[in-house]
Amino acid sequence: MTMLIFEHSRTGRAATAQSPFEAADCSDLPADQLRSDAPGLPEVSELQAVRHYTRLSKKNFSIDTHFYPLGSCTMKYNPRACNTYAMLPGLLARHPLGPVSAGQGFMACMYELQEMLKEVTGMQSVSLTPAAGAQGEFAGVAMIRAYHDARNDTARTEILVPDAAHGTNPATATMCGYEVREIPTDKQGDVDLEALKAAVGPQTAGIMLTNPSTLGVFERRIKEIAGIVHEAGGLLYYDGANLNAILGKVRPGDMGFDVIHMNLHKTFSTPHGGGGPGAGPVGVSKRLEPFLPVPMVGYDGDEYHWITEKEKPQSIGRLSAFMGNAGVLLRAYIYARLLGREGMHRVAEYATLNANYLMAKLRDAGFDLAFPNRRATHEFIVTLKKVEKECGTSAMDFAKRLLDFGYHAPTTYFPLLVPECLLIEPTETEAKEDLDGFIEAMTKILEEARTTPEVLKEAPHTQPVRRLDDVRAARELDLAWKAPAA
Amino acid sequence: MSNIPADLKYTKSHEWVKLNGDGTATVGITDHAQDQLGDMVYVEAPDAGRSLKAGEACAVVESVKAASDVYAPVAGDVIEGNAGLADAPESVNNDPYGSGWLLKIKLADAAAADGLMDATAYEAFVASEDH
Repeated sequence: MTMLIFEHSRTGRAATAQSPFEAADCSDLPADQLRSDAPGLPEVSELQAVRHYTRLSKKNFSIDTHFYPLGSCTMKYNPRACNTYAMLPGLLARHPLGPVSAGQGFMACMYELQEMLKEVTGMQSVSLTPAAGAQGEFAGVAMIRAYHDARNDTARTEILVPDAAHGTNPATATMCGYEVREIPTDKQGDVDLEALKAAVGPQTAGIMLTNPSTLGVFERRIKEIAGIVHEAGGLLYYDGANLNAILGKVRPGDMGFDVIHMNLHKTFSTPHGGGGPGAGPVGVSKRLEPFLPVPMVGYDGDEYHWITEKEKPQSIGRLSAFMGNAGVLLRAYIYARLLGREGMHRVAEYATLNANYLMAKLRDAGFDLAFPNRRATHEFIVTLKKVEKECGTSAMDFAKRLLDFGYHAPTTYFPLLVPECLLIEPTETEAKEDLDGFIEAMTKILEEARTTPEVLKEAPHTQPVRRLDDVRAARELDLAWKAPAA
Repeated sequence: MSNIPADLKYTKSHEWVKLNGDGTATVGITDHAQDQLGDMVYVEAPDAGRSLKAGEACAVVESVKAASDVYAPVAGDVIEGNAGLADAPESVNNDPYGSGWLLKIKLADAAAADGLMDATAYEAFVASEDH
């Protein structure tokens, strides 16, 4: 196991070349704010620091090095060009408080991104400002609330969420002050319409749906669902998590949705997660337009300008200091421009083709599918329930063993509805040979489960750390390194 | 096969209810439920005095796999939440019908548990879910 940088520390060792020339003047700080002992920083040589972090960087697992079929996360390749063009000096050096006249190029990009996202989702209007998917969801449901409030329709206290939904959906509804009511799914993976009819009423504020759903299938009766919810006076919220499957093919606006958030890091190839900067634009139907978060970018045919609270007095307001994360939005804009209209269609086509190829081949190799009668969208679910019963090897064991073959594990134990499941999403950016390599590894592991199950149960065998005791780690949470007693 | 004691009542969401004979009931999750959820790492039991409707979320059990709501099988006021689970969530795995109990309720209606499943019906229900 790699040592921590603190464990390399020896008193008095330092990289003097990195030291400041003169000590900072702290004489103007209040005495009670000054520390009395030295900070507990690691004391290492420059070479030790370089080696330590270089070694760590070589342990990275990323889409640049390995296949990453993490279902519901759309781990596609981010073209280098997006990064290069987003870092053009004129874009990089633009100050958000600079005059509008000096930022017309940037604002043109943002205006066009708004227009392109409108077009591809079929919504009436788009605001780019939410700084992450979670904030986009929050903004979406906050707009639903603002809409009902503006009509003095305040008895609506419930948001409906199908049981296959992303965990963030009930969390968002709760954050916006709504009660969550769960709607069951039928055996084919569609929303149970009878249960939905029974659940809607004057208390219904809206429903939150992902389509295709987290079960990896397209919600076929979406028009009926929209009819039932609208009839009851509720609105439809679209979680953009799985937009990659339908990009340019089917539009949430045409399905009857009133509000949608988009995860640009999934569908539009901006960097993923790790708590870094994100982007979760929201699109709305006509009746929600007045409530969009600001700022947005407007265009009068001559110049681009900011649209603020002044033009949109009913806006739910600002979500961050400026208009979200400019650098992330630029990468999405460039990605969309690189694809063009034709390319956007091909994203959905190849994402779906790759998923269905992988699904058919894994079924032929002896894996059980959670929904064998349904065509996959961009992802699909394998259930290892039978293997678990027969060989005692769980979905977790398969996931850990895949690491030994150089593959990131698919999503495991999600959605919760399917026992011992793997949710697999190859994305459109993988070549057939790479999919075949994964199929080969999965086939080999299934064989091992039957002949040498202990190899799976003890996996991974080749990684820097072996199987972690996740129960103990959760029960006895210990995140800070403490120096051993001298 | 999971353990399904004959003297308890059961719900479709896998809670058990023990009628204590004095107008109170003890509630927990079944052996089948704990087996499906896996090792518990955190349990949030309700505070005494809370008034519950039947079917209302009243506790949270969090395992290495998932965090799940526990629903009140019957209406009533919470007399006590099992405070011991804060330090020993594994009791829900090791002893789901004993030290792993979640809450005690003063029943709003003595006949409230009549509509729940008995052990035979619950066993059949679990078998039907396990298709």
